[in-house]
Amino acid sequence: MNMLNLYALCGAALVGLGLYGLLAVPHPLRKILSFNLVGSGVFLLFGVIARRGAGHGLVGDPVPQALVITGIVVAFSATALAVALLLRLHDETGAVSLAAPESGRPPAA
Amino acid sequence: MTMALVLDASLVLLIVGIATWTVVVRDAFPAIAGYAVYGLLLALAWVRLAAVDAALTEAAIGGGLTGVLLIRAAVRLRSTEAAARAESPGPLFRLFAALLAAGFAALLAIVILGLPDPAPTLTPEVAENMAVTGLGNAVTAVLLAFRAIDTLLEAVVLVFALIAVWTLTPDDYWGGRPGPKYATDPDGLLAYLGRLLPPLGIVVAIYVFWIGADLPGGKFQAGTLLAAMWLLTIIAGLQDPPPVSRRWLRGLLVLGTVVFVAIGFAGWPLAGYFLAYPESHAKPLILVIEAASMVSIAVTLGLLVVGPPERSNGS
Amino acid sequence: MSFLLDLWTVLAVSAGVFFFLAGTVGLLRFPDTLTRLHALTKADNLGLGLVVLGLLPHVGSLMGALKLICVWLFVLLAGANASQLIARFVKRSEPPA
Repeated sequence: MNMLNLYALCGAALVGLGLYGLLAVPHPLRKILSFNLVGSGVFLLFGVIARRGAGHGLVGDPVPQALVITGIVVAFSATALAVALLLRLHDETGAVSLAAPESGRPPAA
Repeated sequence: MTMALVLDASLVLLIVGIATWTVVVRDAFPAIAGYAVYGLLLALAWVRLAAVDAALTEAAIGGGLTGVLLIRAAVRLRSTEAAARAESPGPLFRLFAALLAAGFAALLAIVILGLPDPAPTLTPEVAENMAVTGLGNAVTAVLLAFRAIDTLLEAVVLVFALIAVWTLTPDDYWGGRPGPKYATDPDGLLAYLGRLLPPLGIVVAIYVFWIGADLPGGKFQAGTLLAAMWLLTIIAGLQDPPPVSRRWLRGLLVLGTVVFVAIGFAGWPLAGYFLAYPESHAKPLILVIEAASMVSIAVTLGLLVVGPPERSNGS
Repeated sequence: MSFLLDLWTVLAVSAGVFFFLAGTVGLLRFPDTLTRLHALTKADNLGLGLVVLGLLPHVGSLMGALKLICVWLFVLLAGANASQLIARFVKRSEPPA
């Protein structure tokens, strides 16, 4: 069990935890949180891949590292958009339920 | 079992432990606090993986800005937590979700533990061609020279996300000021912090931007620091976020992309094709692009956190 | 000489870790928010100061040493302000005695 395998397992575990949270926790804000867990787990896997590509005077392959930096920023902007959508849903309907309304009409304001 | 492995194992246990706690804890507020701590521990994991630029970005954005964003939302959604908890799925569904998640994680683990050895890598190409760019930091060279088109498109994606957030404005408040008016005691502690910290934060941000050419750092981390300082002055009540219809604000938002595209098109006559840098001027051009992008990123990230306008233009 | 420096590092960092441990014990064992804040802020600031002192011999350049001390000062500032803000909020939301 070397260091890279350890972090690879950590990344996979984080993706699994985030997936469970996405499915099992009902509040949408917590679902957004779990989605961020999945994202950071995937980025950690990128980091392991980058570290494996070390050599030629560089301690890690810089291309996956650059992808991760871009990814973290874009994931944050997606989270901001999701939170804005959620707050607007709350302002419109007073609740944050993702369940479909019983009748065909849109939920009451 | 070396000491370094013990350190890594403890760190991984802490990270997975606090992630588990974030998922299973009952209320939203502790979960978000746990997520902020998780972001900082993850930054440590990035340092252990020798990716310091990613560690800085994760600590700033993952731990810091995302935490602020989610806390503000959690405060506004506090009344909905009980209703949401009533919709909690039954034990059978949770078992199914746990099995699905565990299966997927196991599949990922098998794939990544079975990656080919020696690992395929682009390090030789980067190491050979880095000297031409004049940069010492390989990640900055990749971001702004070898894969500059990705960074350009990412800046555009950030602006798109902000526009999407602004489309959620109620009609009455279109073009108005985002967020509530923070009324704070001008002699209070938050105002003191809002006066003391931003000048220091701006100096640190400019340092991180400048040093990113040769050492870990760069415009993303610096832009996040600037955004955080701006948010601090807003939350301390020392500044009101500007109305989103202001031309100078919109100009600042697109400044980074415009400069990037302009230098890209200038690459056609000067060096052969779009986003090519003439050899002797590569580093100054890259620094100009980075400086303009840093300002745009700071304004965009700050506006993404404060959200869509909530006050009409007159106020 | 380097043995003495290493010894200094080990002693200082161990003392710092001990103070962090003491602060965490205070966080877990003290009865209410104000006492917990007190334990946490005081012990953690001192602990971090000792850790920074322990790492100073190994930094290698004056700029690096100054940066480490700046980190400690920033944490001091952040910790003091954050605990004051929490304490004022707790005081304000207490029912009048």
